Order: sequence, then structure tokens, then C-alpha cells
Amino acid sequence: MIQEILYPLLVLGGMGLLFGAVLAYASQKFYVEVNPLQQKVRDALPGANDGGCGFASCDAYAQAVAEGRADINKCVVGGQAVAEALAAIMGTDAGTVKKRIARVMCKGTDNNAVKKYKYHGVKDCRAANALSGGDKECEFGCLGLGTCERVCPFDAIHVTAEGIAESDEEKCTGCGMCVDVCPKNVIQLIDISKRVIIFCNNHDKGKRVRQICKVGCIACSICVRQCPEKVITMDNDLAVINYDGCTNCGACIPRCPTKTILNLDEIISEVVAS
Amino acid sequence: MLTNLLLILVSSIFVNNFLLSRFLGECPFLGVSKQVETATGMSVAVVFVMTMTAAITYLINYYILVPFGLEYLQIIAFIVVIASLVQFVEMVIKKTSPTLYQALGIYLPLITTNCAVLGVALLNVQNPYNFIEAVVNGFGSSVGFAFALISYAGIRERLALAPIPKALEGFPSALIGAGLLSLGFLGFRGLV
Repeated sequence: MIQEILYPLLVLGGMGLLFGAVLAYASQKFYVEVNPLQQKVRDALPGANDGGCGFASCDAYAQAVAEGRADINKCVVGGQAVAEALAAIMGTDAGTVKKRIARVMCKGTDNNAVKKYKYHGVKDCRAANALSGGDKECEFGCLGLGTCERVCPFDAIHVTAEGIAESDEEKCTGCGMCVDVCPKNVIQLIDISKRVIIFCNNHDKGKRVRQICKVGCIACSICVRQCPEKVITMDNDLAVINYDGCTNCGACIPRCPTKTILNLDEIISEVVAS
Repeated sequence: MLTNLLLILVSSIFVNNFLLSRFLGECPFLGVSKQVETATGMSVAVVFVMTMTAAITYLINYYILVPFGLEYLQIIAFIVVIASLVQFVEMVIKKTSPTLYQALGIYLPLITTNCAVLGVALLNVQNPYNFIEAVVNGFGSSVGFAFALISYAGIRERLALAPIPKALEGFPSALIGAGLLSLGFLGFRGLV
């Protein structure tokens, strides 16, 4: 009776002790120096592993920072607080973290955009996109099936009742996972300070856009002429703002015939007012 | 005697290939086969772990477990051996080749739960092998594993450059490739 318990105990315990001893010796023998700085940097990072900094993981970024290969203000999730913490560890100036927000460059809601067929498949934009580019006549617009919503680790992007995705400025960290997964490439990362945005991704000619979407860019070039900073250009029949020079003046907004250009602050204040 | 060992070797490398005939250890097979270099590193680690596992588990089984009538502890005892060996290999690789360590990533600790390694240990005690035969079988199995993994990595390196239909890019083509390679190994059936 005693033996039935004692022998297994001794055998397994003995094996455990023996292997443990060998491993303990090996860990001494093969000890690898870890940069203590790297460990400190890693502890200061939020550990979201979202890749927003351009590295595969927080560990990889911590290593790069500790070795001086990366700037300390790359962590978008941690923002200014983490940048300052890293600055304290590395003994440098924090600088400012440029926060970028994912913007869905489309306002082609169910009311605005014309559908070409009824889609009854899997609720996944990539699947829908495989069926002749999705159910919208516009082949550049948001399909609104929420693939971005599902990959977002921060719950920051949602498909609205009108059938297009919209990002939540408060929650978005600019990690870019939705940007990568979107089959239409309709999501862009834009500096949060830029408030005037052309919400269209359609490169069709104006006449075609008129037929398929009420709010699409018809390439009339009025905004290009209105812009005092000359930062709006026509790219294949789509007006595009070079955000580096944009001053949020909004001069392009009033004359846009299809109301494709919007000022985010005005939208937000309208929502608050209503 | 020698012919017997040769037969075991050939059978474990080609006929009963763990990856392509027994379908054990598929996780690293699909995971680390994107580059020949990492596949080779993984293979060397598996060869070491598998051969050592075959030797140590044989000794443990016939000199400790059987005399005490503890055969029912085989799985747990073998897992302890494998886990320790993998830990050991991980330390050695981390020390000797940091780049390989980075490239193997999660798959290195996963050898611990690689069913091919445990499979070698368990199949060895099921067959009436003596010590040398058991070690040769473990070594042959791991060489077969390495053989399949590296040749498959070679195929995938070429596949990455080939113009294949968009829908088949990445994993679909990898799985089809694995299936074809395994069909190729089917040709060795009946060799031994």
C-alpha cells in the first residue's frame, strides 16, 4: 500500500530533482546577459503588442530603444506618458508623440451609395470584396461588414447604423490593424490635429461618381483652387490633401458641391448640439 | 544486426516519416518552414531532442519504471524528460546563436509539446527494441523529420516567388504543398 504511493513519488521526484539540478547548472553555464536597460524599458511599456511602433512586439521595441536604434516616442498606445517614462529611463528628451487616428475615408452610407446587388454571404468585407468588389456600385468605398471592427484590439472602430465604419477618436491608438485588414484600403492613419478631411476614396470620373454616390468626390477641382496653402491635389480624379501643410482653415469646405470635405470639429459640435 | 539497424533507420526516415506518414508534429512543420535556414535550425534542435529523448526514456522505462511496476507513469515521466531537454536546448541556442533563437521564436518551446517527440518515446517502448535499436529509431525519426521539414521549406521558398492565384497565396498553397509532399512519401510504402 505504502509502496504504491512511495515508489511513484520517489521515481518522479527523483527525476524532477535530477533534471532540475542539470538545468540549474546549465542555466549558470549558458547564462546570457540581458541588458538591464532593456528590461526597464519593457516594464514601462504598456504591453499591448499592437505593432503601432513599427516593431513586432513590445519586447522588440524595448530592445531597439535600449540599443538606441529607435525613438522613444513611438508608442502610440502609451502616448505622452510612456514617452516621458522612457525618456526618464534613457535620459533623453521626450519630444511629442504624434497621435494618429484611423479615418475611414468614405461617407457612402446606405442612403448615399447605390447598391449593385444584395449580399447575403459571410459578414466579412474580404469575402464580399471577392464577389466582384462587394455589393456597392462604388468599388472604392467602405463595405460596412465590420472586418475592421473585429480586428481592432481597442474597440475603437464600429460600423454605424448607416452601414459604414467610423472610428472612435478617444479609443483609437493608431495601431493600424484595421488599415491592414481593409480590402478596400479605405482606412488611413491621419494625424489627430488634422481636422479637415476629404472623406472619399473614389478614383472614378465625376460622371460615374454622380451616378453611384451622393457624397463622392467628382473631381471638379474646386477645392484645389480654394486651398490657400495649395496642399490639395488631384490624384486620379480624387482630391487628396497633403496633411503636412494643412492648417485646418476649412476654405475648401463651403464650395465642395458634393459635401465630401468635412471638418471633424464641426461634426462633433453638431452632434453635441443636437 | 547491422542490417536490422539499417532497416530501422530507412523505415523511420522514409516509410514511417513522422511528419508525412504519421502526421505527428505538424505545428513546426507549417510554422517554421518558411525559410530553409530556420527550418535547418529547428531540425537540428529536434534531432538532438529526439535522439536524446529516445535514449533517456528507454533507460528510464526499462531500468526505473518497469522494475517498480510503474509503466502507467510512462507519459508523465517522458514528458518530464522532453521538457527538460527542450529547456536545455533553448538555453544552448540562446547562448550560441541569438539570431536563430529569435527566428525560431515560439516554436522552440513548442518542441516540448511536439507529439512527434513523445511519439518516438512511446512507440519505442511499444516495440521490442533493444537500447541501440531504440536510439537508432529515435535518431532516424528525427532525421526523417528534418528531411521532410527542410525539403518542404525549400519548396515553400520557391512557392513564395512563384506566381500563384491570389486566393491560394500563403497558407492554402502551403497546405496543398504539404499534401503533395506527403503523397510523394507515400511512394516509400512497402520499401521495408
